[in-house]
Amino acid sequence: MNDTVAAISTPPGEGGIGVIRISGAESRSVLARIFRPGKGGAALCAGEDGFGGRRMRYGRIVDPKSGSALDEVLAVFMKGPRTYTGEDTAEIHCHGSAAALRRVLALVLREGARLAEAGEFTKRAFLNGRLDLAQAEAVIDLIRAKADTTFDAAIQQLDGSLSRAVKNLRDRMTELLASVAANLDYPEEDIETLSPHDLAEALSSINDEIEKLNATAHTGRIVREGLRVIIAGKPNVGKSSLLNALLRESRAIVTDVPGTTRDLIEEDVSLRGIPVRFVDTAGIRETEDPVELLGVAGSRDAIARSDLVLFVLDAGAPLDRADLQVLQHIADRRFIAVLNKDDLPLRVHAETFSAWLASFGAGSAGLRDLGARGVAEGPIAVVRTSMKEGRGLSELEDALAAFVFQGGGVPVGGGALVTNVRHADLLEKSLSEIGDGLVAARRGEAIDLVEISLRRAWELLGEITGETAGADIVEEVFARFCLGK
Amino acid sequence: MGEYDVIVVGAGHAGCEAGLAAARMGAKTLVLSIQLDAVALMACNPAIGGTGKGQLVKEIDALGGEMGLVIDKTFIQSRMLNRTKGPAVHSPRAQADKRRYHEEMKAALERQENLDLKQGEVVDLIVEDACARGVLLRTGAVHRARAVVLATGTFLGGRVFMGESTYESGPCGFAPATALAASLRGLGLALRRFKTGTPARALARSLHPERMEEQKGDEEIIPFSFLNASVGGNKVSCRLTWTNERTHAIIRENLERSSLYGGLIKGVGPRYCPSIEDKVNRFPDRERHQLFIEPEGLSTDEVYIQGMSTSMPEDVQEAFYRSIPGLEDALFTRAGYSIEYDCIDPLSLYPNLEHKELAGLFCAGQFNGTSGYEEAAAQGLMAGINAALRVRGKPPFVLDRSEAYIGVLIDDLVTKGVEEPYRMMTARAEYRLILRQDNADLRLTEKGHAIGLASRERYEAYLRAKKETEDEVERLRATMLRPAEAAAFLEASGLAPPAAGISLAELLKRPELSYAALSAVDPNRPSLSARTRARVETQIKYEGYIKKQLLQIERFKGLEDRRLPEDFDYLALEGIRPEAKQRLSKIRPRSVGQAARVSGVSPADINVLLIHLKRVGRR
Repeated sequence: MNDTVAAISTPPGEGGIGVIRISGAESRSVLARIFRPGKGGAALCAGEDGFGGRRMRYGRIVDPKSGSALDEVLAVFMKGPRTYTGEDTAEIHCHGSAAALRRVLALVLREGARLAEAGEFTKRAFLNGRLDLAQAEAVIDLIRAKADTTFDAAIQQLDGSLSRAVKNLRDRMTELLASVAANLDYPEEDIETLSPHDLAEALSSINDEIEKLNATAHTGRIVREGLRVIIAGKPNVGKSSLLNALLRESRAIVTDVPGTTRDLIEEDVSLRGIPVRFVDTAGIRETEDPVELLGVAGSRDAIARSDLVLFVLDAGAPLDRADLQVLQHIADRRFIAVLNKDDLPLRVHAETFSAWLASFGAGSAGLRDLGARGVAEGPIAVVRTSMKEGRGLSELEDALAAFVFQGGGVPVGGGALVTNVRHADLLEKSLSEIGDGLVAARRGEAIDLVEISLRRAWELLGEITGETAGADIVEEVFARFCLGK
Repeated sequence: MGEYDVIVVGAGHAGCEAGLAAARMGAKTLVLSIQLDAVALMACNPAIGGTGKGQLVKEIDALGGEMGLVIDKTFIQSRMLNRTKGPAVHSPRAQADKRRYHEEMKAALERQENLDLKQGEVVDLIVEDACARGVLLRTGAVHRARAVVLATGTFLGGRVFMGESTYESGPCGFAPATALAASLRGLGLALRRFKTGTPARALARSLHPERMEEQKGDEEIIPFSFLNASVGGNKVSCRLTWTNERTHAIIRENLERSSLYGGLIKGVGPRYCPSIEDKVNRFPDRERHQLFIEPEGLSTDEVYIQGMSTSMPEDVQEAFYRSIPGLEDALFTRAGYSIEYDCIDPLSLYPNLEHKELAGLFCAGQFNGTSGYEEAAAQGLMAGINAALRVRGKPPFVLDRSEAYIGVLIDDLVTKGVEEPYRMMTARAEYRLILRQDNADLRLTEKGHAIGLASRERYEAYLRAKKETEDEVERLRATMLRPAEAAAFLEASGLAPPAAGISLAELLKRPELSYAALSAVDPNRPSLSARTRARVETQIKYEGYIKKQLLQIERFKGLEDRRLPEDFDYLALEGIRPEAKQRLSKIRPRSVGQAARVSGVSPADINVLLIHLKRVGRR
């Protein structure tokens, strides 16, 4: 009876492992579609797909569409009713970063699960008789608390503008649904006929709008969780002074968490309202060879998890092998080139740097295919700074902000932004419905059939804004059309 | 004077179905009408069916009701609306011979075993221990019963308006039921005023048909009733014409003389059938409004002017009607008028249409705040069924929103309530691709038979039709065309050939191909009725969409099947917002699904309710 739901069930933040729980009749098949056993894994298990006997299996999560591996995991399937929820349940224990965890979850959702609502596992557990009275009370508290909790004001403001954007979009869809309804329910009336072609045009424009919103989900994640920026460069290029200058410059230092990761110094700051976590790879062993330093596993992971690299170079000295070694390590990341020490006689200009990059094949498609996206696409920006004279910081901040708000075309402070995973999930699903409707409309299917998809998308979007479906369309019909006997 | 199981007050479209259903289910039934010449009176449009409404008629028929049979006997023109659109919205509509419709329905009541049809005005409801026990007539006669169905239509407290004049009256000049309205108020029923209206009638011979567009009936007519394999043909055409600036100017100049804009009318009218003065006023930018000329029958020259209902004074009516092409020299037989009447708030009813405070009192039709013959008949049928079931001590018969338009209609009434006369529309049905007019028998006849309503003959016809449909779908799936054969056929139709052999069913799924077109490559097809051909085509062609809707229905049923106890104390429930508590206490929903549709109840409220239920269940 219940559909299959999934969610990250470990607390947010960087833990050693993160667990994704899937509950419902489809949990086994969802898991089987995305799990590839590692060496020796299959031998442990029974059942055609290898999942039996409640055993943990080692393997990888692989996107069946692209074939790319998302994470190394341990996974287990447990047949209901003797599970937490009382339903068939699967768990995926991810090793990777929070980003990897989210990617795995996104894949699980794509493969047929729905994102669980807050407390839904517990609710299912209770409804299936797997919880006692005290626990049930706790769930009621949880549901109540949900309505009372005030989220961070900034996020709420962003949610407000998302609601407005979705509401506007839904208003347009309501109008369209009303036109369809008027056409279907008043075929004899003197009203404008709506053809599948008209509907296709309208759907296509709605599709674009939802896509625009959906595209902000990446930015939204950064706003929610912060932008991870790695400061990299060979020794003595001024990484530490750059970090210190950025910390001084930032309007609010959110937290100070030195040494949270063994080999790195991390600083959370807020730049232009964007939470940014700077990771200084040089904070500990300043004097050591950078290649060696970058070779440290922690640094490599930090780079892999980062959203952006500040590649710091000495503008007063020729580019050398040490710079190249750093470049090799950050090859697949997007980066901003920081030409520091521009108070010295200049040896490196923006053009010099570009020519240097080009000599390694920057701009060629080949590099991109090899995964060296950052180098292939070149720097997002080249900024000249002087820590000594305190110049260039504001340009650097401009470049960072531009990176955050690129693509989605989101204006800083004000525009709609998807910061919530549930919202992103709903947008994704309504996009897929609109897509179905668009295909049908273009094929020339009758408008009442196309309407099925349009209405479903309208309902899904309504779940974002909390508007209940129902009488609105009928109301709209009579407000807009002159109908009657 | 009489002892009955069920008494039905009123013999309009609701009352007739209620009486027939109860009697057919074995209840000793009395149907009372203030005037037997008003039985099944078509006081407004001379037509049955239309979008959403045609589906209702098919469902009434599938369950064992009468409306479909009577319109099949008395129609004079028939059309399938929305034929160019998808099968979910194909809607049959027929022009009726109004007088013959009345006669045939009255004859059905007269013929019916267990049923007495009597003329008499009910002035009081007999209530004992908060139970409806019978009725008192104006003559002093008392009829006792174990259940009473109120289907009073526009007769209850009826008041007619035409320009500056207003007087107490039922529809078409019949007497109103004024004493009963007072008596119901005395019993504590909260009555409200709704209004509706009708246009003038004119003589066909005074019109100029050549100045209007002709609208013919369909060549192939699929009967309303599943008992009929075929029916007669069209006997008349309708005409189409338009108002113009002059019409609108006349109306605007005289707006303050209309009962509506003059402020006489207090009742709430429906937005979907506004009077012409309403249309002109609300949509000032429209250059013209369309109207249909519909014959009222074969034995009369009167025609109905559809789209032009009005409460203007008679002289203004004649002036603006005559400004319309084709109506320049019209001779009028009856003027248009508005009528106000008493009705209840349907939120005071359970889904079986029984009153929450007065046990054994069932309510149907315009009395529940709806408009339209089909909506009335559907409720009448369900009220009659449930009155008979109550008498026998059996559980109620309720259809849900995924089973029938009837379910949508009644659920809307008793869950959301109405603020204006309610009309059925396909837009109100969430699962309309499942609730098609063509498959009403497949959805409902089994249920109608199980409660003792659908006759053996009907049940067997249904079983045959079901098998015929299934066999043909199976045959189309199993019949494979050789690649060369398929390629030749598709090329001849200007379509891309398939890569391999293909079944007839697969071919039928192509949007460009129809069941009829496939006959070229299907020499062995059996001879089937138009009805079966159409539904086989729909089932195969729209399989993907149908599956999608079935999945939605499965989700819907999850909450619908979770019953709520009748005596549930919402006020004592913690964690639900006060507004939701109040609403739920009033509505007393039957299921969690129904509770979720009550306005003012949020998803969070429903979660709390679900958890509470589970906890109580485990104690």
